[in-house]
Amino acid sequence: MRKAKQWIGINLMLVFTLIVAAFLGIVVYDLLYKGSSVISFEFVFDFPRNGNTEGGIWPATVGTALVTLITALFSIPLGVGAAVYLNEYAKENWMTQLIRASIRNLAGVPSIIYGLFGVAIFVNGLGFGASVLAAGMTLGLLTLPYIITTSEEALKTVPDSYREGALALGATKWQAIRTNVLPNAVPGILTGAILGLSRAAGETAPILFTGALYYLRYLPQSVFDPFMVLPYHLYILSTQHHAMEEVRPLAYGTALVLISLILLLNISAFILRYRFRKAQMR
Amino acid sequence: MSMSENLDAAKLKVRDLRLSFGDKEVLKGISMDIPEKEIVALIGPSGCGKSTLLRAINRMHDLVPIARVSGEIFLDGKNIYDKELDVVDIRRRIGMVFQKPNPFPKSIAENVAYGLKIAGGTSGKNLQDVIKTSLEGAALWDEVKDSLDKSGLALSGGQQQRLCIARAIAVKPEIILMDEPTSALDPISANKVEKLMLELKKDYTIIVVTHNMQQAQRVADRTAFMYLGEVIEYRPTRELFESPIHDLTKNYISGDFG
Ligand SMILES: Nc1ncnc2c1ncn2[C@@H]1O[C@H](COP(=O)(O)OP(=O)(O)OP(=O)(O)O)[C@@H](O)[C@H]1O
Ligand SMILES: [Mg+2]
Repeated sequence: MRKAKQWIGINLMLVFTLIVAAFLGIVVYDLLYKGSSVISFEFVFDFPRNGNTEGGIWPATVGTALVTLITALFSIPLGVGAAVYLNEYAKENWMTQLIRASIRNLAGVPSIIYGLFGVAIFVNGLGFGASVLAAGMTLGLLTLPYIITTSEEALKTVPDSYREGALALGATKWQAIRTNVLPNAVPGILTGAILGLSRAAGETAPILFTGALYYLRYLPQSVFDPFMVLPYHLYILSTQHHAMEEVRPLAYGTALVLISLILLLNISAFILRYRFRKAQMR
Repeated sequence: MSMSENLDAAKLKVRDLRLSFGDKEVLKGISMDIPEKEIVALIGPSGCGKSTLLRAINRMHDLVPIARVSGEIFLDGKNIYDKELDVVDIRRRIGMVFQKPNPFPKSIAENVAYGLKIAGGTSGKNLQDVIKTSLEGAALWDEVKDSLDKSGLALSGGQQQRLCIARAIAVKPEIILMDEPTSALDPISANKVEKLMLELKKDYTIIVVTHNMQQAQRVADRTAFMYLGEVIEYRPTRELFESPIHDLTKNYISGDFG
C-alpha cells in the first residue's frame, strides 16, 4: 500500500514535469515551424523596409543587445553591491528588515509602473531623453530586486569557514569578501543575473515610453539615441500592423530570433560558470 | 592553581575574561597565563566554552553581533581588546587552525601564500621560498611538492589539516590556536599532526582544544580543565592527570562524564 502510494506520487510528479516541458516544446516547435522559413541572412542583418513589411530586423536585434548590455552594466554591480552589504555587513535590525521587505515588494511591482517611473526619472528628470540609456536603466531597476535576492542567496551558500579562515590569517573583512567570498558566489550570482537579464530582454512595457520606436532605418549612434527592440517589434507586427496577416511570418521569425538570443545568453552563462568552477577546482 | 617557573614572562595573560551570547554567559571570569613556546591544552566536557575561549584569543567573536566580551587578554603585555590595537594585526600574530580542515578552493600554493598576499609586498622568489618552508614546517612538502597548483580541496583530510597549519605558519604568527585539530582525522594523520605540534613548539606558542586525554598528555606542557565556563584546574599536564585536585577534574579524566 505504501509502495503503491509512493509509485503514484512519483509518477504524478513526473507527469507534471512532462506537462511543463511539453509547453516549452510546443512553443519552440510552433516558432520553428512557422518562423524558420523567413530566417535568412538578410532577415537577421538587414534593415526593415516598407513599413516593416519587407527586409530584416537588424536594428531590433542590435537594440535589444545594447539595451540589455546597459541593463547588465547598471544592475549587476549595483545589485551585487547591495547583496554584499545586506549579507556581509548589515546588522540584523528593523532597518535591514525593512530594506529586505522593500526589495521583495519591488520584485512584485508591475513592469508598466517601472516604465512610467523611467519616464519620470531617466527620460525627463535626468534628461536622458527617450534613449538606449533611459530604457536600459529602467530595465535595470526592474532587474535589480531579482539580482539582489539571488546574489544574497549565492553569498549565503559560501561557507563561513572561508570567511573565518581568511580573517584568521589577518585579512580585513573586505579582503576576505573580495578574495574568498565573492569568487565562490560568482556561479550563483551569474545564474541569477542571466535569468534576470533574460526576463528584462523580453520586456515591452518598461521601454514603451523610454525610447523604443517601432520603425527605424538606422542604428542608434550613441546611448542617447532611440532604438528598436525585438519584443516591441514583435508586439507591433502581431497586433498593431496595418497588414497583420501578411507580416505574420515575420513576427514568428522575430520571436525565433528573440528566443535564440536569450538561449545564447543562457548558454554563455553556462559556459562561464563551468569555466569558473574548473578554474577553482583544478 | 599551581604556577611555576617562567610564568612571569607569560606570552599571553587572560584576566577575568567574561563572554556572553545574548543573556547567556558562556565564559565566567577566566584567568590564566600561557608561557611562551609551550603547548597548553584545554579540556572539558562539550559546551563548557573551550572553543569560545580560543576564539576570544584572536577576536573571532568580533563577527558575532550578540557576543559581549569583558576582561582583558594581554599579548606581550598589551591588551588585545584595547581599542587602539588593530584587530588585523592581532590576528596576524595569533593564528588559528579550525576543527574542520578548511582549505580555500584555491591551489595548494595559493592557500599557503594567502596570508602573505593579502598583507601585500611579498614577491616572486621570496614567496616561493615561504611556500616551501611553510609546507616543510607542516610536514607536507614531500607529499605535495609536485602538485602545488592542484586544488587544496583535492587533498585528504589529514593533508588538508596540515595545509591549514602550513597556511597559518606562513604568516609567522607568535601563537597558534588549534581547535580539535585532529578530531576529523584518522589515527595516522592525527599522529602526524601531533608530531608536528611538538616540532612547532620550538618556534611557536600553541593552545590546543582537545577531547582526547591521551593527546593532551602526549603533547601538552600544561593542561586546563574547564567546566561550565570556568577554568577549574590549570597545571602542568602530568600533575593534572596524576593528581587532580578537584573532584570534577578527577571524574572527567577518569571518564565518569563528558
Ligand atoms: N555564536 C554563538 N551564539 C550563541 N551561543 C553560542 C555561540 N557559540 C557558542 N555558543 C554557546 O556557548 C557554549 C559554549 O560553546 P563552545 O563551542 O565554546 O563549547 P566547547 O567547549 O567548544 O564544546 P565542544 O567540545 O562541543 O566543541 C555552548 O552552550 C554554545 O551553545
Ligand atoms: Mg568546541
